[in-house]
Amino acid sequence: MSPSKSWIVIIAVIVALVGIRLSIGQGMGKVYVEQVDTVVEVEAVAKTKDHDGSPAQTVKWTQFNGVEPNKYYAAQATNPAQTVVTLSWPRTFGLWLGAFFTLAIFSFMYRDNPGYRLAEAVIIGVSAAYWMVIGFWDVVVPKLFGGIAHGFVIANVLPTLPAPPTEQVIAMWFALGLGGILLMRLSSKGAWISMWSLAFIIGVTAGLKIVSHVESDLIAQSVATFKPLISPQAGATGVIELGPTVWASLANILIVVGVLCCLTYFFFSVEHKGVVGRAARVGIWYLMITFGAAFGFTVMGRVALLAARVEFLFDDWLWLIDPAGKRVVEVAAAAGSFLFQ
Amino acid sequence: MRRLIPMWIAIIAGFAMLFSAFFPVTEFFGETFGEIFSVVAAIAYVLGAGSLAKINLAKISRRDQGWGYSAITLFCFAATLFVGLGKIGVPPNAQFAALPWSGEKNAEGSAFAWIYEYGLVPITSTMFALLAFYVASAAFRAFRAKNLEAILLLSTAFIVLLGRTFAGVVLTGWFPDWASGLRLENLSVYIMQVFNTAGNRAIIIGIALGVTATSLRILLGVDRSWMGSGGNS
Repeated sequence: MSPSKSWIVIIAVIVALVGIRLSIGQGMGKVYVEQVDTVVEVEAVAKTKDHDGSPAQTVKWTQFNGVEPNKYYAAQATNPAQTVVTLSWPRTFGLWLGAFFTLAIFSFMYRDNPGYRLAEAVIIGVSAAYWMVIGFWDVVVPKLFGGIAHGFVIANVLPTLPAPPTEQVIAMWFALGLGGILLMRLSSKGAWISMWSLAFIIGVTAGLKIVSHVESDLIAQSVATFKPLISPQAGATGVIELGPTVWASLANILIVVGVLCCLTYFFFSVEHKGVVGRAARVGIWYLMITFGAAFGFTVMGRVALLAARVEFLFDDWLWLIDPAGKRVVEVAAAAGSFLFQ
Repeated sequence: MRRLIPMWIAIIAGFAMLFSAFFPVTEFFGETFGEIFSVVAAIAYVLGAGSLAKINLAKISRRDQGWGYSAITLFCFAATLFVGLGKIGVPPNAQFAALPWSGEKNAEGSAFAWIYEYGLVPITSTMFALLAFYVASAAFRAFRAKNLEAILLLSTAFIVLLGRTFAGVVLTGWFPDWASGLRLENLSVYIMQVFNTAGNRAIIIGIALGVTATSLRILLGVDRSWMGSGGNS
């Protein structure tokens, strides 16, 4: 299919969905917001060695919080001229954009097409920048800038950030140096020196991983495997019951045997023959059951995500379903004919 | 020398982290190195951004096939970075109202939150949702109950899938109480609690041993493959 035909198919699908919805009436794909005005009287701050000081002032701003359509209907029913709960054009456009991206990604099920590639190009750029921004505000500002430019940070971003000790300031200058060296990777001549920063990252990761994996995986999981092979289960009256005791004991035995057999299968220093071979075979059966369960869980997780996307399309965008009662008809009817215009 | 210095940096940094878990005297080094690590890792995002810009700008300047998508990538990258770093549309924290940058970077109503909600979430979650079709399709083509191992894998997958849905309850809900353990929802729980626990536990122990061995090889300077070609001992 040529790119132009692919575009036509995607646009046709969107037009068909919107057309069906519009023929039913009652509107679709709108996001409402509530206007919240905030006024704060700020006291004067005296000039100190860490702070430049600031005069007393009144700071005002308006925030728009997303609300369900019900709230808009109710507000309009009470006062049709109200401007507190209103339609948000940026968020409505965003909702339609989200619906377009969702359909564009789904279109890949047919084959690769310009719509999918457009969404792919968008997500590459957005996600790269998204994680950069998160890293900047969560790590670089409080730790690096908080260490080397503490005065600037408390005067503009984080007023409660405690003053760093001298060692931390030195460490942050060191971190800045290592970060700068790492960026030499982009240069063709100085790329070799970036290996120093990489070495630091590799070394710290290796040291951390040894401790964390031995502590939380190797030791914790081994300890958890030491289970009583006979596990008496008392009923509500305090008397030990045979059935639950058998099931609990069997479960513990199966876990201990399973872990030992799987580990035997992973142990390649001994040839898998005789008793070792039989234990390894039982280990394989356990692993197959584990992989089957993991497969089942993965499929369930993906189907749940798929259901969430379909719900987004049919509930948030097309307004064809309303499981949460966000657009209750009684409220709408009471509010009058303006609702679905 | 170009290989010796990085090797020693890795050894010193690694052992500092390792010793800090065992000797309280060296705890300070562990904490400080951890802080430096997190900052360097954050700066590494800049390296990723540089690389992204370099590759896409080259594609655009050469007018390679699909260069328009590279332009879109760069535009989206720059726009997200601008609104995120500038906290565009972020109201200040009410406690520190005089500081315009004191608000949360992803506060409701901000441009960054808009990009997250209407760009990042729809695309990434739909991409993951697509896998439901591909996993099912691949399983249909690849899974064949040819031997005992394959039968175990297939039947477990079916039990777990059905046991977590209403269909499983309907199919085996008529089982009498004395056989309630065989109802799909109960069977699914038993498989997860017993067989899956045992298998996963062995896998986790195996991974822990593997990671520890590999990390030790790096810290002892035996494994130098991370330095690139020719780095192996």
